[in-house]
Amino acid sequence: MDFREMIARRAALELSDGEVVNLGFGMPTAVANYIPPGVDVILQSENGCLLFGPTPKRGQQDADTGNAGGQPISLQPGASIFDLTTSFSIIRGGHVDTTILGALEVDQQGNIANWAMPIAPGKYSPGMGGAMDLVGGARKVVATLQHNDKKGASKVLKECQLPLTGKGVVDVIITDKAACQP
Amino acid sequence: MNKIDELDKVITRVNDGATIMIGGFLGIGSPLKCIEKLVEKGVKELTVIAVTNAYPGGGFDLAPLFKNRQVKKFITAHTGTCPEALEVYKSGDLEVEFYPMGSWIEKIRAAGSGLGGVLTPIGVGTLVEAGKQKVTVNGKEYLLELPLKADFAFIKGYRADRLGNIEYRGVSLNSNPVLAMAADYTVAEVNEIVEIGDIEPIRVGTPGIFVKSVIQGYTFAEHQQIYEELWVRTGRLA
Repeated sequence: MDFREMIARRAALELSDGEVVNLGFGMPTAVANYIPPGVDVILQSENGCLLFGPTPKRGQQDADTGNAGGQPISLQPGASIFDLTTSFSIIRGGHVDTTILGALEVDQQGNIANWAMPIAPGKYSPGMGGAMDLVGGARKVVATLQHNDKKGASKVLKECQLPLTGKGVVDVIITDKAACQP
Repeated sequence: MNKIDELDKVITRVNDGATIMIGGFLGIGSPLKCIEKLVEKGVKELTVIAVTNAYPGGGFDLAPLFKNRQVKKFITAHTGTCPEALEVYKSGDLEVEFYPMGSWIEKIRAAGSGLGGVLTPIGVGTLVEAGKQKVTVNGKEYLLELPLKADFAFIKGYRADRLGNIEYRGVSLNSNPVLAMAADYTVAEVNEIVEIGDIEPIRVGTPGIFVKSVIQGYTFAEHQQIYEELWVRTGRLA
């Protein structure tokens, strides 16, 4: 089992039946494949829908039905579509139960950094997107990351070095080596 | 009243240095023909306001504007999906101003709605705080995010009538209705132009009063084909 699958499978166990869930870019999107039987969640896509489903087959796609990654999705029966202000009212207003996001770094104070890598002096990329709103607004924040970087150094730190996405917001940390709380 | 217009005529209003809002979220709900016309006209020194950059991998929707170095400043929540923009950003020829996505949309809503700004807790304790007023209400800290308006807004709808009423379709809704309210001149690109009365009042997502020009974009059939080809080409559909 590769580390991404391991992390996604473990993160899926953090979800409870009936929750409104937002899965971030990257590793967390795979969580949707491992949700335990008996646990039905309402997936939110931050571009403006609730209750989206799996990738459609060619011929079933629609140019106006895509996820927050610009990719084709299907909608489940009972899905709803709304504009960006409503989407962020859901996110910032405390209506998302659990968000599972990727992280570049997390630390023992529950800080998370996942939006800014320096690409030139004073310049950062890629940007926070909805991540700051998510870690600020969601009731439970699950940070997922590979435990060590390419050089073997831990990315679970005493203190984050990269620009923070949120301070003291992380509830659960899941890596390929551990599942713990800050 | 007839707001239906030719894109070639409308684009003559856009000059170098303009501040332009563009609808869409990673290419979905993007006014493709308007963007192509901005690229073709070659207007430069633009300040572009869009919630994200181009469809992941670039080469589509906003990407050519960045590749051609027509954008001087980009006000957004995320720019990482567009390799063309990252190159110009690294070179120093592009300024990027980031806002958390929820703050970005509320700043624009404030501008269109006559508000002086919005108080949001998002960004407190991060780099996003820099240069902003902090307000404490009932013991909780908020950032004051100021209104954000533009000279032009290019939005994408599904259908429009000649009063400028816009009907939206699917998640192409996203930022378009809010952008429509916050610019001096809003141009709406739609797949289909219909008769007055064809759009049920409750289905109007942007009342015509916010729209100055309606232009015919790709037809609905062309629109479906463009995204099918994009998604197949980028390996997202099998």
